[in-house]
Amino acid sequence: MMQYSKKALDYFRTPKFAGEIKDADGVGEVGNMKCGDVMKLFIKVKDDKIVDIKFLTYGCIGAISSSEAMCKLVKGKTITEALKITHQDIVAELESMPVIKVHCSVLGRQALGKAIEDYNKKRGLKNEKSI
Amino acid sequence: MKEVYLDNGATTQVDEKVLAKMLPFFDMKYGNANSIHVFGQEASEALEEARQVIAESIGAKAEEIIFTSGGTESNNLALKGAAFAAGKGKHIITTKIEHDCILESCKWLEEQGFKVSYLNVDKEGFVSAEELEKAIRPETILVSIIQGNNEIGTIQNLEELGKVCKSKGIYFHTDACQSYTKAPLDVNSDNLDLVSLNAHKIHGPKGVGALYIRKGVKLEVWQHGGGHEFGLRSGTENVAGAVGMAEAVKMAERGQMKELRDRLIKGILRIKETRLNGPRGDRRLCNNVNISFNRIEGEALVGYLDQKYISASSGSACSSKSLEPSHVLKAIGLKDEEAHGSLRLTLSRFTTLDEINYVLKELPGVVEKLRQISPFGGKK
Repeated sequence: MMQYSKKALDYFRTPKFAGEIKDADGVGEVGNMKCGDVMKLFIKVKDDKIVDIKFLTYGCIGAISSSEAMCKLVKGKTITEALKITHQDIVAELESMPVIKVHCSVLGRQALGKAIEDYNKKRGLKNEKSI
Repeated sequence: MKEVYLDNGATTQVDEKVLAKMLPFFDMKYGNANSIHVFGQEASEALEEARQVIAESIGAKAEEIIFTSGGTESNNLALKGAAFAAGKGKHIITTKIEHDCILESCKWLEEQGFKVSYLNVDKEGFVSAEELEKAIRPETILVSIIQGNNEIGTIQNLEELGKVCKSKGIYFHTDACQSYTKAPLDVNSDNLDLVSLNAHKIHGPKGVGALYIRKGVKLEVWQHGGGHEFGLRSGTENVAGAVGMAEAVKMAERGQMKELRDRLIKGILRIKETRLNGPRGDRRLCNNVNISFNRIEGEALVGYLDQKYISASSGSACSSKSLEPSHVLKAIGLKDEEAHGSLRLTLSRFTTLDEINYVLKELPGVVEKLRQISPFGGKK
């Protein structure tokens, strides 16, 4: 069985992006308590660029490390670039994780989509490209 | 920092004295217990001595003990052996809090044309003798109930349950793998016909266990071959393993496990939004602690504790292969989210007060850290 890579465990143990952005431009929340994973993502956008990103995650090692990896990938990217990121990119950033945990990376990608959707909605933009 | 190993419900370290007893059987006394020559005799004597020790530990006779490869094999043989000896269409009663090897064997038996009832348990994990009696049908042939639960530590009243089985003339089996040497068990006063035991939970080696089969109990043979183990389990005997198991049984003691367990429970419950799963006192395995933490996912907790050199386990969905939360925690009425946040700490006789104090010092910080990075907030 494939295990978590050292990098994934490092992300899990010392998440630099864990936290909240009080005046976030977009917030996305996915998952539910019953399933055991809830992810809330906050983005700050300036000139179409995601200049800051934070997450709050209730979940397992896979969920927390996926949240961290996704934030790392997204920070500094434009909205268009960020939307091109796939859950496979998150898995690649983590190097390896147990196969049954790949859904955690999917959840991470969904949270990003929701946060961008929320950002567009707040700006009165149409969500052309959703999740 | 020295590791604090609190996953003794998964497996234990082999006691060095056990290992020392085993070693000669690999490179010096390596005979096949079935051979006629001196090497064979030496191995055979050691094997029979070990059998005697296991038998005495549960009030049985040596010829009622067979060695197996461990608890899983013993449980498989007990259930499938008894079922097929009785014939398809017969009925088995077990519980909803059994180990997977019992539940999976039962599921398979259902596919083979047997009927199985799964008894509910109360909120502490106890099976009621009345419920058991009600579940018995004319075609019931076997009752299988775990003695000490591996997750929440509930120790069943085998004597009471055994009486029900005896009065109806039904075989009574218990999986005693977690409770062996930790809770009293006597095949006669408990009216047991079949008992599964293993070595690696009591500082013996992995890969060896035993099955008690009361004289006269009929089991269909599953492993055919040279007729070893009274014809019930062919295959050259694992003499070193049997010797190690016997030595582990001889050395077994509860020591201060119960006091340390209670100190740990008391200390952890000081953390807000926690609950103890399973009973307290003497009806709980002396080495088992199982706590649910609200707003925390168990695997993440285990992961952070690992960073503090504390080895534990969880009943969360994420820590299982099926992504389903523990069936035992569900059976005692926990909601999914409560089961996700469960932590199991299991002690051994080598666990020290310093180790327990270290856990109690580190755990609150780890819990708070995880709560802080969750969307449901930290300190409330």
